[in-house]
Amino acid sequence: MTSRAVLLAALLLAVAVLPARAKEVVLSLSKDRVTISSSFSGEDVALFGVIGRGDAATPDAAEPAYDVIVTVRGPNQSFTTWRKERRLGLWMNVDSRAFVAAPSYLAVLSNRPPEAIAAPDILRQEQAGFAHNHLLQRVGTDYADVIASDPFRQAFLRVKKAEGLYFERTAGVEFIAPYVFRASIPIPGRAPVGDYQVVAKVFADGQLISQQSVPLHIAKVDFEQAVATAAREHAVLYGFVAALGALAVGWLASVVFRRD
Amino acid sequence: MTIYLPIAELPVDIFTVLALGIAVGFISGMFGVGGGFLMTPLLIFLGVAPAVAVASVSTHMAASSLSGTLSYSRKGQVDYQLGGMLLTGGLTGTLAGVLTFRLLRAYGQLDLFIAISYIALLGTIGTLMVSESLRALLRRWRGQPLVVRRPGAHPWFLRLPFKMRFRRSRIYVSAIPVVGIGFAIGFLGALMGIGGGFILVPALIYLLRVPTITSVGTSLLLTLCTMVAAILMHAVLNQTVDAVLGLILMVGGTIGAQFGVRAGQSMKAENLRLLLGLLVLSVGIRVAVDQVVRPTELYAVTIDGSGR
Repeated sequence: MTSRAVLLAALLLAVAVLPARAKEVVLSLSKDRVTISSSFSGEDVALFGVIGRGDAATPDAAEPAYDVIVTVRGPNQSFTTWRKERRLGLWMNVDSRAFVAAPSYLAVLSNRPPEAIAAPDILRQEQAGFAHNHLLQRVGTDYADVIASDPFRQAFLRVKKAEGLYFERTAGVEFIAPYVFRASIPIPGRAPVGDYQVVAKVFADGQLISQQSVPLHIAKVDFEQAVATAAREHAVLYGFVAALGALAVGWLASVVFRRD
Repeated sequence: MTIYLPIAELPVDIFTVLALGIAVGFISGMFGVGGGFLMTPLLIFLGVAPAVAVASVSTHMAASSLSGTLSYSRKGQVDYQLGGMLLTGGLTGTLAGVLTFRLLRAYGQLDLFIAISYIALLGTIGTLMVSESLRALLRRWRGQPLVVRRPGAHPWFLRLPFKMRFRRSRIYVSAIPVVGIGFAIGFLGALMGIGGGFILVPALIYLLRVPTITSVGTSLLLTLCTMVAAILMHAVLNQTVDAVLGLILMVGGTIGAQFGVRAGQSMKAENLRLLLGLLVLSVGIRVAVDQVVRPTELYAVTIDGSGR
């Protein structure tokens, strides 16, 4: 916690010396690189944000009530969503939709439900709120995102949430001072590795007044890194080593457990 | 205690996976089946991607089938000659299976085809084995003498040309049905993602009249060969072999297999066949139930591309 306190103090100092002008948001993560080692089973990354103190002309004007929506997106992947239906007494996949570019990880954190923060068209435009993220689908030969009530789209979000890779926390952002907020980004054990983007959008009176983004990197290290690299770059050698290792274990076991 | 799997990209409890390996290894050693048809669904249930599960299970199956093969071999219960003939058919069957697999996937109903094949195959073999072994047990219970194999009563397909003598199995049959069985196992294995031991063992027992224990030993030999080939193919083509996951499964699996072999040899052949029959039948019923009962989530999401 001490390091976080120091971090917060540094942030506040940075804001204090900022030239007083348009509302600015300064973001800082407790760590910008999450490393996956053999004991990794998920962790939380803390995000601190400070909203600039407003115009010099009206330094004493009452601070408006701020709202913050933080969106964290993992690297894009393409997915297929299948729908089952009963045919001849059997449940089979009868229909599918291709989601050609959807985040492999998504967390939407806000200080209150996004619907209460701004009008739907603003939320949609800003991709703010869990239901408002673009999920590009291939419909026929066209690429488009469909309406939020599309059953495939809803099913996709539901399944990803159940898998523990999509998060929606409408009380996930906490204001510790009128212009200082804090959020905890959950990184689950099965989070895909790669470059994540943390975007914070600040609203006041239903309007977007400022936004800022910081990168977050998730990477394997040490042994995990070595194994993954070997499997990818020396596939044939890796295969032979895996096969020989398997045979060695099998042979060893038959020697150890030999009873005649 | 959790450990992070580098290829599956997922933390798992090491003792859960170890216990899984021991349990499946026990069954594998006892019946001479690879255990893939049990292990792969269990790993997918733990959250491992199907492609990684199938590939990593093949390392476990290679290890436990080697230790099983060596145990049976020391007791002279592996027919290498028979295994070699089966493998000849098996490799061509695998190729044919892979080609059919691609054809079915192009028509989009591969999953359903696999499920129906499972139900038909497991249902038939399971029912046959259970009823046959129950009849044998009933005869024993009534004190009637067991029907010994009659040398002259070969069905027509064993009397085809190219006769070969398989000394270990004490059979003298045509090579055509042997290669044919190997082909069928390879074909189904490639198509359904199974080692084929639970089909091969009954096929050897009932079609070729190989003694039960020798069938199990020879089946382990065949599983060993196909699994080593599978590890190499998966590692090179898909890069989905998780060595850490494989190692945990192997350690559990080989320990389990040793106890399984002992349990198998201390049991009467009829009881062994009855148990394997029940196991095969219950997996078949399980697959059938999954296809018939309304699923709680009607939608499923799969990741495209590398199959991960």
